[in-house]
Amino acid sequence: MTVSRLVSFGHLAHPLFVGSFLQFAVDNAGALAHLLVQHIVIVTQAIVLAVPIGVLLGVAITFEDRIATVVLWLAGIMMTIPSIALFGLLIPYFGIGKPPVVVALILYSQLPVVRNTYIGLTQVDEAAISAGRGIGMTRLQRLWRIRVPKALPVIMAGVRNAVIVLIGIAAIGAFIGAGGLGDFIFDGITDANTAMIVVTTVVLSVLALAFDYVFAVIEQVLRLHNGEDVDLLFPIRVARSVNS
Amino acid sequence: MGVIGQLPQAWAYLLQHQGRFLTLLTQHLQLVIVSEFLAILVAVPLGIVATRRPRGRAVILGLGNVAQTIPTLAIIALVFPLLGLGFLPSLVGLFVYAILPILTNTVTGIEDVDDSTIEAARGMGMTETEVLRRIQLPLSLPVIFAGIRTSAVVNVGTAYLAFFIGGGGLGLWVISGINLYNMPQVLAGAIPGALLAISMDTGFALIERRLSGEGV
Amino acid sequence: MSMIEFDNVTKIYDERTVAIEDVSFEVEAGTTTVLVGPSGCGKTTTMTLVNRLEEPTEGTVYFEGTDVQALDPIELRRNIGYVIQEIGLFDHMTVGENVATVPDLKGWDADRIDDRVDELLELMDLPPAAYRDQYPPSLSGGQRQRVGVARALAADPDVLLMDEPFGALDPITRENLQDEFLDIQSQINTTILFVTHSIEEALKMGDKIAIFDVGELVQYDTPRNVLENPKSGFVKDFIGADRTLKKLQVTMVDDVMEPAGPERRGLVDSVEAGQPAAADGGDLVPVSPTDSVQVALSRIIQAQTDAIPVVDGDDVVGVVTESAIRDHRAHGAGD
Repeated sequence: MTVSRLVSFGHLAHPLFVGSFLQFAVDNAGALAHLLVQHIVIVTQAIVLAVPIGVLLGVAITFEDRIATVVLWLAGIMMTIPSIALFGLLIPYFGIGKPPVVVALILYSQLPVVRNTYIGLTQVDEAAISAGRGIGMTRLQRLWRIRVPKALPVIMAGVRNAVIVLIGIAAIGAFIGAGGLGDFIFDGITDANTAMIVVTTVVLSVLALAFDYVFAVIEQVLRLHNGEDVDLLFPIRVARSVNS
Repeated sequence: MGVIGQLPQAWAYLLQHQGRFLTLLTQHLQLVIVSEFLAILVAVPLGIVATRRPRGRAVILGLGNVAQTIPTLAIIALVFPLLGLGFLPSLVGLFVYAILPILTNTVTGIEDVDDSTIEAARGMGMTETEVLRRIQLPLSLPVIFAGIRTSAVVNVGTAYLAFFIGGGGLGLWVISGINLYNMPQVLAGAIPGALLAISMDTGFALIERRLSGEGV
Repeated sequence: MSMIEFDNVTKIYDERTVAIEDVSFEVEAGTTTVLVGPSGCGKTTTMTLVNRLEEPTEGTVYFEGTDVQALDPIELRRNIGYVIQEIGLFDHMTVGENVATVPDLKGWDADRIDDRVDELLELMDLPPAAYRDQYPPSLSGGQRQRVGVARALAADPDVLLMDEPFGALDPITRENLQDEFLDIQSQINTTILFVTHSIEEALKMGDKIAIFDVGELVQYDTPRNVLENPKSGFVKDFIGADRTLKKLQVTMVDDVMEPAGPERRGLVDSVEAGQPAAADGGDLVPVSPTDSVQVALSRIIQAQTDAIPVVDGDDVVGVVTESAIRDHRAHGAGD
C-alpha cells in the first residue's frame, strides 16, 4: 500500500496538483495572511519576554559554575518534554488558547538563549580580561565592556535558534486553540485536504527560513562589528557596495 | 498545585490501563528506534560522501540546513498527502527529521580531524578508504555520536505528533487527555516519554564520554 | 645507481606559482641530504615530489632508477618513511599501534610486527614496556617526535623523508634529538632526505646540503665545501656572518690534532692517571678525534688553558692546541 504510494508520490508535482495548490492559496489568501500574522504575534510575544529573561539568567549563572551546571541541565531537560504534552499540562493554569502556548514557548526558548549567553560570556579572550583588570575595571565593568560585546554574536545565534524552534512549536500550539498557521495544518489533516496541508506547510516553512535568514544577517552584522572575518551574506555585500 | 497534585492520579491511570500503556509505549519505541536506526544508516554515509565531494557537500549541507529550519509539524503533516496515514508514513516523517543532526555532525566531525594527521596518514601510504576507516572515522566518532544523541532525544518528542497521522504512540493519551480535559491521562502519556528522553540522553552522554576519553 | 634523482624538475601550482624550477641533483644510497633554504624556497615541495604527494609539472623524479610516475603511489609511500613537523600521530591509537601502522597495511604477521615495534621503540630510547600502550596526548613533544620517527622506520624503508621534524621542539630537546638521530643514522642504512630552514641544522645533520633560493637549487655540496666555497652572495648571506665558527663545527679534531710532545707530558700523565686538572682548578675534559673543533675550542677556553688532550677510548692519542686551531683557520679557504 505504502510502496505504491511512494512510487507515485511524484504525482504531487503534476501540474494539476500544483494548480490546485495555487488555487487554494489564491482563494484563501486572506485567511492565510490572518493566520500568518497570528503566528508571528505569538512568537514575538514569547521572544520579547524570553530573551531578556534568558540573557539575564545566562549572565547570572556566569558567576557561579555549579549553579550554571544545574540551570543548563534543567533547561536541557525542558527540551525533552514533548511540546504537545507541555501545552496540555499548562492548561489547568493558563486555560486554553494563547496563554499556555506563549508560556510554553518562553520555557522552550530558555535553553538556546541561556546556554549561548553563558558560553558567549565565558569563552572570552582571557588576555583581554586581564588587560581590563589591569586598567582598573570592576567585575561589572569587565562584564559590560568586554564580555558582553564579544558575546553578542553568539547570543544572537542563540536567539536565532530559539526563534526557529518557537515558530515550529507555535504551529503545534494551534491544537489547543492558540491560532496561527497550525490551524490550517490540523484542519487539513482532519479533512484530508492536500492543498490546505501543502500550501500551509510551505508558508510556514518560508516563514521559518525567512526569519532564519534575517537573524543570520543580524548575527553577521554583530560579528563584523567585532572585527571577525566571515564570508559575507548577500544583503551585507549589497549594503556595502551601495555605501562605497 | 494543580498538575503536580495530579501525579498520583496519573500513576493510577497508568496502572488501570497497563495493557494499553504497554501497547502505546511499544508503538512509540518502535517509531523512535526504527526511524533513528534508519537515519543513522543513511546520514553517516551521506555525511562521508559530503566530505569527499565539495559540490555535493554544499548541496547536502544546504538541503540539510533548510530541512532543519522547517518545523516538525510541517514535515509530519506533509507525509500525509504523500504516504497516507499509519505506522509507515509516521516512520518516514520521523526518519526525515532525524537525519539532520547526524548528517551535520558527521561532516563537521570528519572535517575537524587535524590536517597534519591526514597528511601523515596519506604520506605513509594509506589509500583514501584506509584513511577514512582507520583515521577519520575513529577520530570523529565522538562528534558523530553527539549528533545521534541529539537526534534520538528530539525524536522521542516528535513521535508524539505521529498520533495525528495515525502512527500511534504515547501521543494518543496526551491528545485525548487534552481533548477530554483529563489531566491524569495527559500526564500518564507525557511523563513516560519525557523520562525516556532524559534517560536516553543520559545514557548517550555516558557513552559519549567513554568514546572521547579513550585515547583522545 | 643513485637512490633518488631529480632531472630538470619544475613544479608550478595553479599555472601561476612557481615552486621549484629546473632542479637537478642525485642522492646516493645510504647518505643524508639536507634541503635547506628560507621559507617558500621550494624545499618541502621538492621532498614531496619523491613520495608523490605532489607531481612534477616538468622533468622526472627517479626512485631507485625508476620514474616515480611509473610506480603505484600507494606502494611507493609504504616503502618510504615520512615524518612531518607536526608529526601527525594518531591520537586514537596507542604508541605501539602507531608504529605498527605501515607493517599492518603491508600485511605482516602479528609476531613480526610486535618484534619490529619493540625493536624500534628500543632504538628510539622509548622502552617498549613503558611506552607501547601509552597514547600520544600523554607524551612530551620530544617523545612524540621519536614515535613519529619510529613509525616512519617501521617497515624498514630504503628512503626516509623528514620535513622539519625537529622544528616544533624547544632548542634543548631539538639538540638532543639531533644528536640521537645522528647516532641512529650510523646504525641504519637508510637514505635520508631532510628538510630544514636552519643552516646550522643542515650543517650538522647532512652528508650533503642542497641550498634552495626561491625555487632554484643554488648549491649542492658537502657542508665543508659550502662553507669554504659559497657559490653566491645568497649562500654567503644564508650561512651567516659567523661562517668561520661554523667551519669549526664541521671540522673534526682529528684534522687538527698533533702528537703529544714532551712539553705536554704533564697533561698526558694527568689524563692517564684519571685526574685531568685545568688551570683554574676545574676539570679538564678531553675530546675524542671525532668531536668537532668547535667543541675542542670551547673546552680549551673554559679550562683557561691552551691545549687539551685527545683521547680515543682510554688512550691519549694526541693534543689539540689553540694555536693549531688558529693555524688551521688561517690556512683554510678565504672568508
